[in-house]
Amino acid sequence: MTARRKSLLAILLGPGAFWIGLFFLIPLILVVVYSFLERRSGGGVLWHFSLDAYIKLFSPTGETLINDFMMIVLRSLWWAALTSFVCLIIGYPLAFFIALQPPSHRTAYLFFVLIPFWTNFLVRTYAWKFILNNNGLLNNLLQALGMNRIALINTPTAVLIGLVYGSLPFMVLPLYASIEKLDFDLVEAAQDLGANYVRVFSRVILPLTMPGIVAGIVLVFIPVSGQYIVPTILGGGKVAMLGNLLAQQFGPALNWPFGSAIAVVFMALLMVGVIFYLRGDAREEEVGL
Amino acid sequence: MAEIYDVELRNVTKKFGDFTAVKDISLGVHKGEFFSLLGPSGCGKTTNLRMIAGFEAPTSGEIFLDGQPVSQLPPFKRNVNTVFQNYALFPHLTVAENVAFGLEMKGLGKDEIRKRVADALEMVRLPDSGAKKPHQLSGGQRQRIALARAIVNRPQVLLLDEPLGALDLKLRKAMQLELKELQRQLGITFVFVTHDQEEALVMSDRIGVMNHGELLQVGTPEEIYDRPANRFVADFIGDTNFLPCRVTECQGEVAWVQVGQGIRVKAACDQAVSGERQATLAIRPEKIHLHPAGSAGGQGEDVFPGRIEEAVFMGTDTRYVVELEPGVQLVVRYQNVNAATERFREGETVAVSWRPISARVLLS
Ligand SMILES: Nc1ncnc2c1ncn2[C@@H]1O[C@H](COP(=O)(O)OP(=O)(O)OP(=O)(O)O)[C@@H](O)[C@H]1O
Ligand SMILES: [Mg+2]
Repeated sequence: MTARRKSLLAILLGPGAFWIGLFFLIPLILVVVYSFLERRSGGGVLWHFSLDAYIKLFSPTGETLINDFMMIVLRSLWWAALTSFVCLIIGYPLAFFIALQPPSHRTAYLFFVLIPFWTNFLVRTYAWKFILNNNGLLNNLLQALGMNRIALINTPTAVLIGLVYGSLPFMVLPLYASIEKLDFDLVEAAQDLGANYVRVFSRVILPLTMPGIVAGIVLVFIPVSGQYIVPTILGGGKVAMLGNLLAQQFGPALNWPFGSAIAVVFMALLMVGVIFYLRGDAREEEVGL
Repeated sequence: MAEIYDVELRNVTKKFGDFTAVKDISLGVHKGEFFSLLGPSGCGKTTNLRMIAGFEAPTSGEIFLDGQPVSQLPPFKRNVNTVFQNYALFPHLTVAENVAFGLEMKGLGKDEIRKRVADALEMVRLPDSGAKKPHQLSGGQRQRIALARAIVNRPQVLLLDEPLGALDLKLRKAMQLELKELQRQLGITFVFVTHDQEEALVMSDRIGVMNHGELLQVGTPEEIYDRPANRFVADFIGDTNFLPCRVTECQGEVAWVQVGQGIRVKAACDQAVSGERQATLAIRPEKIHLHPAGSAGGQGEDVFPGRIEEAVFMGTDTRYVVELEPGVQLVVRYQNVNAATERFREGETVAVSWRPISARVLLS
C-alpha cells in the first residue's frame, strides 16, 4: 500500500473509528475497570484493585445471591428470545410484503418502518403506557365497543408489546435486505420441479433468506436482553430484567463495581452465545451466496 | 377422432395490461417431437413457454397437456419440466441435491433417488460433479446440470428456454448435437425456444416462427426454409434476395412476374392471384447459379444476362453482387469448387440462372 493510499484510508476510517472509540470502547473499558475497583459509599469508585464485586456476585451467601442473578439472566434471555421470535413472526411477512412491491413503492414502505426512530424511544414507550393504561386508549375503545376492560399495564404482556414494538424495525430491515435479494426465478424453478407452496418456502425461500433471519435475531436479541426502559415503564418494575438490576446498582444501591461486574459477566455470556450462533450460521452459509 | 397432442394451444392469447404478448396462437406438438419456437427478441416465446409450464395464465384460449385442459393446474401439478433461460439452479444446494430436488418432491426412496441422480449426471457427462455447488461450475456445466435436473424427472414434456444462449459458439454447436441426440434417446417431447434460426434448423423436427406475438408459420425446417409463408419468415431464416415485382399472370402454383423494367420471371406462388398486383420476389442467394456469358444455364433453369458488381471471397464460397439491369441487384453465393483463376471478376458479364421453383412470390 502506498503512503497516499494509507493516508486516504486513515481519513476515510478516522471519523468512524473516533466515534466507536469515544462512545463504545472507552465506556466499555471503564465498565471493565470499575468492576475491579472498590465501592465508594456515596456512589462512584475508589481506585483500589479489588475482586469484591465478583466475589459478591458468585458467592452463594451474598446479598444478591448467584441464584437470583442467574434467575434474572435467564429471564432476560427468555424475554430476548420471546421478543425475537414474535418480531420474526410479524417481521417476515411484513418484509416479504415490502419486497414484493414495485421498487418505487418499497422506499415508501421502508420509510414507514423507520418513522418511529424520529422520536425518542422513551417518549414512544410513554405513549404506549397511555395506550395500555387501565384508563388508556385501548381500554376506552374496548368499553366503547361494549367489551370488558383488560388489565394490561404492568403485566408481562405489556412488556412484550413494548419490546416487540421497539425491536421490529431491527428485524424487518435485515429480513427485507435478504428477501429483496432473493431470486424469484428459483421459486418458479422449485414449483416447476413439483414443490408445493409449503415446500417452496421450506426448501428454497427459508434457506436463502437465513442470513437475514440470523442478522435480525442478533440485532433484536442483544439490545432486548439489556432492556431497561420498557420493563420499567410498561412492566412497572414488576418484570425485573437485567437492565433493572443494573440500574438499581448504579442508582439506589450505589454499588458501581458490583453493577459493572454484573454487566461484564452478562456481556461475556452473550458474546460466547453470539459467537457460537454466528459460527453455526457461517457453516451453513458456505453455499457462496 | 383428432390426434391427441402432447402439448396443444387453442386460440391462446396473453395480454399484459393493454399489451398483447401472445396473439391467438393455435398449435399442436406431437408426442416425442422436437419442436422449436423461433422468433426475434420480445416476440412472446418465453411467455408461451411460461403459459405451458403454468407460471402465466392465458388471457383467453386453453392449453392442453396430453389432451387434458390445464389452465386450472398450478405449475407443480403439471407433468412438465423447464430448463430456464438463466438455469435457476439452487445456490444453497449441491449439484446432486439440485438434481435430486424434483425426485424428492415426488417422494421417491433414497436409493432410487441416488441411482437416478447418478444416471442423470452420467447422461450429461458430469458424473463427478455431484458434491460441487453451482457457483463452482462453468456456464456450460451449469447448463448441463439444469438439463439433468429437468430430465431426471422423466417429464412428459420438456420446455427449454434458450438453454444454449449463454454458451460460446463452439460449445453451443456441440451441445446442439448432444441435446438432439439425448432427445432422440429419451423420446421426451421437447419444446425448445430460440432466437437463433440456425439452431432451430439444425435441431428441430418442426419449427414455429413467431413475430409480435403471432405464430406466422409452422413446418419442418425444409418447409420453412424453402417455402416461407411470408416476407418476415423468409427474411428471418437464412439470407434472401427480395425484389419488388408485379404479378402479371398466375396459373395454379406458377406465376409470371415482372421485375424492374423488362425482366420477366417465372416463379412459384402458394396463393392464387387474380389480376395484376404488386408483390415481392424472394430468391435464396445459394439457389442462383452463375455461368460464363452466353451459357444456356442448367437444365430447367431460366437464364438472365448480368454483370458482376462486387465479388467478395469468403472461404468456402464467394459472395457476388450481380446486376441484372440498373436498379435490380441480386446477391449470389457461389461455392468455390473451381480454382481461384476461374472465379468471376468484378465488371465481367455473366449468365445468371435459377430454377423457377427457387423463386417465390410473396404477397404482402
Ligand atoms: N410480466 C410481464 N409484464 C408486462 N409485459 C411483459 C411481461 N412479460 C413479458 N412481457 C412483454 O411481452 C413481450 C414478450 O416477452 P417474452 O419474454 O415472451 O419475449 P421473448 O420472445 O421470450 O424474448 P427474448 O428472446 O428476448 O427472451 C415483451 O415485449 C415483454 O416486454
Ligand atoms: Mg425469452
